[in-house]
Amino acid sequence: MSFIDLSKNEVQCKVVYYGPGRGGKTTNLLYLHQAMTDSVRGKMVTIDTKGDRTLFFDFLPLALGKIQGLSIKIQLYTVPGQVMYNATRKLVLKGVDGIVFVADSLKVQKEKNIESLANLRQNLAEDNLDMKDIPLVLQFNKRDLGGSNIPILTVEEMQEDLNSELQVPWFSGSALKGDGVFETLREISKRTVKYVSRKLLSR
Amino acid sequence: MDLVLSKEAIDNIINVLDEDLLRAGADCVLLVDRSGNLIVNRGDPANLDVVALAALSAANFGATAEIAKLIGEDDFALLFHKGKNENIHFTKVGKGFILITLFGKEVSLGLIRLNTAKVTETLIPILGGEQ
Repeated sequence: MSFIDLSKNEVQCKVVYYGPGRGGKTTNLLYLHQAMTDSVRGKMVTIDTKGDRTLFFDFLPLALGKIQGLSIKIQLYTVPGQVMYNATRKLVLKGVDGIVFVADSLKVQKEKNIESLANLRQNLAEDNLDMKDIPLVLQFNKRDLGGSNIPILTVEEMQEDLNSELQVPWFSGSALKGDGVFETLREISKRTVKYVSRKLLSR
Repeated sequence: MDLVLSKEAIDNIINVLDEDLLRAGADCVLLVDRSGNLIVNRGDPANLDVVALAALSAANFGATAEIAKLIGEDDFALLFHKGKNENIHFTKVGKGFILITLFGKEVSLGLIRLNTAKVTETLIPILGGEQ
């Protein structure tokens, strides 16, 4: 749920990074946190008590400047990717305005990507949201492993698995190195702000 | 559902929070929505990251709602965490909002509970009813 404060001329939107476990959702946020200046980013909160896995969520608030006199504040959240934490994912998805789906390029994760996207669709549907309506951007993460001896999926395969029906913007990424991280954020922010303003205009 | 609040509505909220909670001795009062957006914060949040507090409170409320379901309840109307010096009190406002009150050990919990109940009643119509 976005919130518009007309006394401060400010809009707040919620963007959730979704995807299978160990796919790099938290790494995306960590990279953004490291690369941004204090004037843009707020404090990052992470609740990851089980090793390096996210148990509840990560949270990073950003102030992305002004559009037509309205300050844009975007709050980034990640969800725990592991299948068993679906209740937590539903909780974090509450009131979502935009979604980044971080898919894992490792060949062994092929099914996990598909499962996680289906799970996203289902969780949104339970909240009366259609995946086709909500702003969504895909990031094919870990592309930097191409050329190593670890088998990875080709971009074409990932497009076929995840994006053949959706046809949403996608980015190759390496969250660890920062490749594609800002591009993904820029695209989802643009779409989310557009989506929220369109909803407001139709009120 | 999206929320748009006019300057007048925000001013009304601020008046209620200042009048009934800050004057009663609360250190800081926040109104947040259940998806974690901070709507209004009042009082003296020195060194307090109110944006993170809003997000974590919404999550905390969501998590305890799951506990409520396990024991056959839909939700809990209020939560209270007691610290050595600072306490925090969360109250559900309608279905979509949470009122967070921080107060020290010199302020009685009873007074905060009484006043948050009153504030909640006043806030619901400003925030667009029970929804």
